[in-house]
Amino acid sequence: MKSWIAFWNILMKDMRNYYLKPPNISWGLVFPVAWTLMFFLKSQTAIDVRELLPGVMSLSILFGTTSMLAVTMTFERRSRSFERLLLAPLDLNFLMLAKTSGAILFGLLNAFVPVLFAFFLTNLSGIRWLPVLGAVFLIAVTSTLLGLFIAVSVKEIFEAQTFSNFFRFPMIFLCGLFIPLQALPFFLRPLSYILPLTYGADILKSSINQNGQMGLPVNFVILLGFAVGLFALSIRNVKRKWIY
Amino acid sequence: MDIVEVNQLTKKYGDLTAVDRVSLSVHEGEIFGFLGPNGAGKTTTINLLTGLARATSGAARISGFDCAREIKKAQAIMGIVPDESNLYEEFDGFENLSFCAALYGMQKDEREKKAKELLQQFGLAEAGKRPFRAYSRGMKRKLTIAAGIIHDPKILFLDEPTTGIDVASARQIRQLIQNLNQKGTTIFITTHYIEEAERLCKRIAFIVSGKIVRIGPLEELMREVQQENVVQLAFADGVSNLKTSLQEDFPDVVIEVPSNQTIRFRSTRQLNLTPLMRFFEQRNLPVYEARIMRPSLEEVFVKITGIELEKMKQEKEGKGK
Repeated sequence: MKSWIAFWNILMKDMRNYYLKPPNISWGLVFPVAWTLMFFLKSQTAIDVRELLPGVMSLSILFGTTSMLAVTMTFERRSRSFERLLLAPLDLNFLMLAKTSGAILFGLLNAFVPVLFAFFLTNLSGIRWLPVLGAVFLIAVTSTLLGLFIAVSVKEIFEAQTFSNFFRFPMIFLCGLFIPLQALPFFLRPLSYILPLTYGADILKSSINQNGQMGLPVNFVILLGFAVGLFALSIRNVKRKWIY
Repeated sequence: MDIVEVNQLTKKYGDLTAVDRVSLSVHEGEIFGFLGPNGAGKTTTINLLTGLARATSGAARISGFDCAREIKKAQAIMGIVPDESNLYEEFDGFENLSFCAALYGMQKDEREKKAKELLQQFGLAEAGKRPFRAYSRGMKRKLTIAAGIIHDPKILFLDEPTTGIDVASARQIRQLIQNLNQKGTTIFITTHYIEEAERLCKRIAFIVSGKIVRIGPLEELMREVQQENVVQLAFADGVSNLKTSLQEDFPDVVIEVPSNQTIRFRSTRQLNLTPLMRFFEQRNLPVYEARIMRPSLEEVFVKITGIELEKMKQEKEGKGK
């Protein structure tokens, strides 16, 4: 019970101090609109909003969570307020879950902003919402943990932002959202398969447009494996680098 | 009973040995001073004891809990005030305290009540609703101490609690530390202000280059350097002209005249004041004050460590806190 009180208060603090700040809320709204507009301009004809939905949702989560967690953690490390959390009688796994929960929640909210827009622009019937929800959650978890991995590796906030982009931009083109995996050069394909976003995006494509490549169970198992693996790696890195 | 037991604690960063086989104990209910220059290993030792660093070798226990294997249990009974305030700039004073209490699992009603009490006790009641970033350095320090004790810890680690703050705030903080100690909290304090340690601490350890060079009760450390007895007498009239005749009458005593109205007597043996007083009485010179001069902790520190205090202070305060 005591740990849950701490968990809830850490989550609320992060939501209030970082994630629910007006610039971040506006980011969640502007990003999907900008992406949709970009594709509209590129196609120069009417676009299928539903076709774009998996990509915009995935990228909203990816861009929202990775840099947010990396930046907020680096900020708290620099101001030494993160030490306060490390000094609390909380299990490190539990503490890191509390710290990442805010970013995961922010990712979930970001993912459904494009859905809200799409609701007014296209017919959303036939979408399997349960796998969509599962995929959105796991993409948010893996992207957040990627942010944590970045946070542990850098010292300055600008480094966190730069490092985030180093991971994110290649992901956009390698995860199969906009360029099918089969269309990628042969030597790049292994890279696609080591990106968690590839599997999350495939679930979204299957569940929204029925055009995924791998089966849902395979995607979920692999994505879950990524989530557990990244969490274990992050905890190891935190212990190694932050508890000197 | 010892609340802190440290045995051969060592911390190495590559080739650098930051803490070198440190052994010490802190008795329950005392104020223990940990003194040393910059880079001596004070903060690293605190980090090892509080769980922010892992020891290369050796062991430490807080209230019986192993600092390596049971650090979370140990953290539940300790309060930590770092050398720089690390509260949340976005929160106000009340929210900061309430959040810190939540980290220890305190219920909402309980933590809000305690936060209000502490704001009152630390003279911050009016500033409770102001954002932390708007606080002065002294106020930030006080709130950080309040945050360190909100869960009623058995032991409080204070790292340089008065560095870089104004004299009035420093005095208030020293008073708060004494009050806390009187209520039963054990205090482990690091400071480079020797006079602060002398005023507050019952026992002291000097650490230099990661090694403890001396540890013991304050009086014991003082006695160690007190190799002679010194008495200073003060007069209303000028007495500097008496130095020669005094030296003739008391050849075994070293006579010094620090000012025209004071005379200092030094001897390796116990000083007999009766003949001295008679000497002045015969000359119709009333003695207004007789003071036994003891060495200060500063002298003890310099003698033991060979480090000049002024240099140490300048180094510390030059950090730009």
